[in-house]
Amino acid sequence: MKYPYEIRLSGSGGQGLILAGIVLARAAVLENHYVTQTQSYGPESRGGYSYADVIISDEEIYFPEAVSFDCLLALNQESCDKYLFDLRENGILIVDTSFVENIAAVVENTYEVPFTEIAIEKLGSPIPTNIMALGFLVKVTGIVKTASLQKSIEESVKPAFVDLNINAMKLGMELAKNYGK
Amino acid sequence: MPKSDTKNSNNMNKENKTTPTKKIEELQTHKERKTVLMQGNEAVAYGALDAGCNFFAGYPITPSTEIAEILAAELPKRGGVFVQMEDELGSICAVIGASLAGAKALTATSGPGFSLMQEGIGFARSTETPCVVVDVQRVGPSTGMPTSCAQGDIQQSRWGTHGDSPAIVLYPDSVKESYELTIRAINLSEKYRTCVILLLDEVLGHMREAVRLPDMANVRVISRIKPTVPPQWYKHYENTEKYPSPMYSFGEGYRFHVTGLTHDVLGFPTNKPNEAAEMMSKLKKKITYNIRDLVQIESFQMEDAKIAVFAAGITARSAKAAVTLARKEGIPAGLLRPLTIWPFPDDAVRKMLRNVDTVIVPELNQGQLIREIERLVKDRSDSKLIKIQRVDSKLIPPQDILQKIKEGI
Repeated sequence: MKYPYEIRLSGSGGQGLILAGIVLARAAVLENHYVTQTQSYGPESRGGYSYADVIISDEEIYFPEAVSFDCLLALNQESCDKYLFDLRENGILIVDTSFVENIAAVVENTYEVPFTEIAIEKLGSPIPTNIMALGFLVKVTGIVKTASLQKSIEESVKPAFVDLNINAMKLGMELAKNYGK
Repeated sequence: MPKSDTKNSNNMNKENKTTPTKKIEELQTHKERKTVLMQGNEAVAYGALDAGCNFFAGYPITPSTEIAEILAAELPKRGGVFVQMEDELGSICAVIGASLAGAKALTATSGPGFSLMQEGIGFARSTETPCVVVDVQRVGPSTGMPTSCAQGDIQQSRWGTHGDSPAIVLYPDSVKESYELTIRAINLSEKYRTCVILLLDEVLGHMREAVRLPDMANVRVISRIKPTVPPQWYKHYENTEKYPSPMYSFGEGYRFHVTGLTHDVLGFPTNKPNEAAEMMSKLKKKITYNIRDLVQIESFQMEDAKIAVFAAGITARSAKAAVTLARKEGIPAGLLRPLTIWPFPDDAVRKMLRNVDTVIVPELNQGQLIREIERLVKDRSDSKLIKIQRVDSKLIPPQDILQKIKEGI
């Protein structure tokens, strides 16, 4: 793994991107990495823009925000348009085709997955889309171990929702196998 | 000060005498601290608890809300008191009242609330009442942008309250340091009997990092000391020039008077010029005679630096990244970062100006730190100053600073 590894999880408010960022960052802490997790969001709790940045490194991280991403997750069209061009060369792009219709540039490592549709179909709700996409991202990038991610989810979400989120994570990882490159 | 406040906090203080079992419980919860993912605001709350804070009165405001949220849950468990006040005017007054009754009191707010607290902050400084105000800065003026970052309160934290009074203001740049400086803020407030301000940036307040807090046994806590004189000899404002200067709290059998008016050593209002001069000089000397204790700075790659970046808070993180990048290209750059921004580290800056040719001052405002550097650069007119100022709610990326470093060389 090349460090520092910069990830941006982007979409709109209410899609759970900040929680996904926290879960990923906590998983990296469990593996004794240096981590910073920052976020930017509008004053709305639903709608508007929202993104979470996670930087994982093997040395101290000075600037805490992701500048050129090794991996970009875009859960809506607006964020895909906005952040696509800050993706590093050979960076990985993951988009939710439930909301992203056009990708403005050809990116070699693109994964187009209808996350929200799958979540509704398989998990009965769009709510765990964030963790499902995160499971996918972790499987594709290999940035943290599955066990760490699972433990982090258990520590980060309310006990009542742990099972749902673990299932979502596993589903995301399963999906990644189908998209294997 | 409203009477009811003092009464309430007084009751609180009596209940709050920690029983041995409680202490054990507390220590147990702190045993074997692990590295965890922690937010800047969380670190402030845990720092407050570790420093012995047992009273919080505040009005929740983004981006400082988590501090109130955590203390609302934690303080009652430990015998402390949390009060959600009607506004920030009430918050600072309740904090001062609680402190006069013996509590270690803290409040947290952001720009709009910080403005409302200014009068109370002056009252705390005038009456030499220990307390801590945390200001997690957001974009202003007015309600501005609640979820975005700015460093617009740097001068306000120094000059915001009316009248001429010196200030102690601390400014961390990481989650770990937010914890450490919260403890330090409470310690300094107790030691110097004044209102200490802790400035944070929105990004830092909300940012999460991997942090391992020190075990409780390694946390150094300073608490006010009690005078040894009998009640009839007690002078609440006696100038001992020793720190911590002894003070009694209300309800301990010692009488003293508290007023925002200029007062004599017993606390009663005075119009005598000599007594006024004495009070003012006492307030000033507390700071100026203890500069070495108060000022903390970080020198990063400064030993052989020819070009220096002077930055505080979250902007220093950008600067550190830029300096590291410059060093990789063989440019002798360094960073000087004040952890205490008020009193301003004049001596450290003068030393820096003697050794470097160019100083770059990046900040998220339209020129607040730079004023101080300009004041000091007069001694050495050949030093070049480069400003980087940004007020569009975004951080200054390291590349922007690196570019100026290259221009300045």
